[in-house]
Amino acid sequence: MLQRRLTYSVKFYIKRCFSSKVPEKPTWVTIDRSKLPKEPKVDREVVDLLERLSLVEFNNQEGVDRLTKAVHSANLLHAVNTDNVEPMDSVLEDRILYLRDDVVTDGNCLKDVMRNATKTLEDYYVAPPGNIPLKQKERDYGNKT
Amino acid sequence: MLSLTLREAISKLKDGSLSAAELCEKCVTRAKRVQELNFIVTENFSQSQKEAVHSARLWSEYVSGRHNEWRKFGGIPFAIKDNFCTKDIRTTCASHILNNYVPPYTATVVQKLQDAGGVIIGKTNMDEFAMGAGSTDSIFGPVRNPWNYKFAQSGREHDKINDWHIAGGSSGGSAVAVATGASFGAFGSDTGGSTRNPAAYCGVVGFKSTYGRLSRHGLIPLVNSLDVPGIFAKSVDDASLLFNAVAGHDTRDSTTVTDSMDTFTLPDDISVKHLHIGIPKEYHAPGMSPCVLEAWRRAADLFDRVGAKVSEVSLPHTQFSIICYSVLCCAEVASNMSRYDGIEYGHRAKNEDSTEELYAATRHEGFNDVVRGRILAGNFFLLKRNYDNFFLKAQKVRRLIAEDFRQVFGGGVDILLTPTTLTEAPTYSWFTEVDNRTRAEEQDVFTQPINLAGVPAITVPASLSQSGLPIGLQFIGPNFHDKEVLTVAKWFEQQTNFKRLDLSHLDKS
Repeated sequence: MLQRRLTYSVKFYIKRCFSSKVPEKPTWVTIDRSKLPKEPKVDREVVDLLERLSLVEFNNQEGVDRLTKAVHSANLLHAVNTDNVEPMDSVLEDRILYLRDDVVTDGNCLKDVMRNATKTLEDYYVAPPGNIPLKQKERDYGNKT
Repeated sequence: MLSLTLREAISKLKDGSLSAAELCEKCVTRAKRVQELNFIVTENFSQSQKEAVHSARLWSEYVSGRHNEWRKFGGIPFAIKDNFCTKDIRTTCASHILNNYVPPYTATVVQKLQDAGGVIIGKTNMDEFAMGAGSTDSIFGPVRNPWNYKFAQSGREHDKINDWHIAGGSSGGSAVAVATGASFGAFGSDTGGSTRNPAAYCGVVGFKSTYGRLSRHGLIPLVNSLDVPGIFAKSVDDASLLFNAVAGHDTRDSTTVTDSMDTFTLPDDISVKHLHIGIPKEYHAPGMSPCVLEAWRRAADLFDRVGAKVSEVSLPHTQFSIICYSVLCCAEVASNMSRYDGIEYGHRAKNEDSTEELYAATRHEGFNDVVRGRILAGNFFLLKRNYDNFFLKAQKVRRLIAEDFRQVFGGGVDILLTPTTLTEAPTYSWFTEVDNRTRAEEQDVFTQPINLAGVPAITVPASLSQSGLPIGLQFIGPNFHDKEVLTVAKWFEQQTNFKRLDLSHLDKS
């Protein structure tokens, strides 16, 4: 009895596996990285430039490693042939997007809008003096070039 | 009472057998009882209860015939992810940089929900700026999955729980709000799967509609060309109800389409016999757990058995989608995050030496490592020397991915059936072994191609794994076929008879 049930369930399983349209094995291909273009290096000069542009710091070697890994991963895109393919900005590219008339539709909300600022003076936002470049800081991360 | 679906609750409110005030009170009690899951970051309990009392009065006037108008969601509690602006309720994106931000306006989809009578019980926890797939990287700490969770016994010292399952992300708090019964629906956001991933891990329905159907006005942007407000619900019918209530063109979001949309109700008697269901072979990806594979197979066979045409199809660029996504995401993040400088709103550092120094210090203090990492990577891909090779390259691959979908749907496939995630919800300790970037690359493999193509997709709980954790399956349709996607999902839901999480025992303890 038990044996019969076992055979039945095995048969059922096999039959079902074969009938299913779901592939048996993962279908992803292995990419030969040696055929891809060389990855751009994340060196000291790049680290400095990015920190200046982003106004955030890498913080530590871990931050630099994270970018290196992100670039390493992004480089895989070069395994895809994109000859004669146009870049795609938005899925609505084939539509005319709605533009409203250039008229004032709201207002009188100065207080509401400005109440989130930490520092204000007579309805102005307050910022410290501008046009002064960031001080260069000594950092102990970033690869030596 | 909390086991009711939204649809059932509405009909009970309408016939007077349920009080809106009591319903809201029950939800608030439940929310407090399961507070240790850390899913709400800003409570709005007393305000929501006040509004529910008001709604209860309106309902009783309707029931007694003194008024013949009724508001669909009158007094029903909902939860909103903390990246939707809500007037006079703090909105933080789970980041220090917006820790003190109180929006002067409400996001369109939230406003529509409130206009229909819905009340907000709280703003929900998330990964900082929605960057993550676990709801583990928040300034408020990680969200915990209620499934297989050992809740503290009331009146007893909480046994130290060493480990628990993650809720998924980035909208983990909203998923938990629905799974625990603390709310009858919730909004999340879905840029690469941030609604569908936690919905699958928490055993609820998660719907990402076609890009352009739901307004993004007031949803703090992550990746403008991919962001879609996401809907969490207890059932597919509930998701459809919510979608119909908030969808449509918004003059404040030029990326919502202007075509008129007919609102719809899903039929109860559904046939899928005439449908062609596609099984994209590339969605059998490395690392898939046997129980997810088995659930996927069983679902495919189910459609086969009832006479639908089920066939293997190919979306050849799937494997590269996650790479394409992460490049485009970083690039748009770098641009979107530049607005946070501490001057007009949000955290402001003490450094007043110069404008630049203030900006740098503010952003250093305000953003976590993940956000900083994506800004730096984005600016790297956008450097003049890398722009063509990385940013434009990714945009080209995006077209190929969108084209993959167009071709299978153009070739006669009505709906695609795939898993939502590779595995059931992982444990917190396993998830945090490696960094957010690595995890995001693994977690979003089946969800982000959908955002790149703009198409609608829904995750529906299919079954429980051997360890008792929910497994979700995803249905994907062509652009603007939201109704068809929901209909097939509802049919599947009817067949599976998935038992939602029942936490009513907590009310007694």
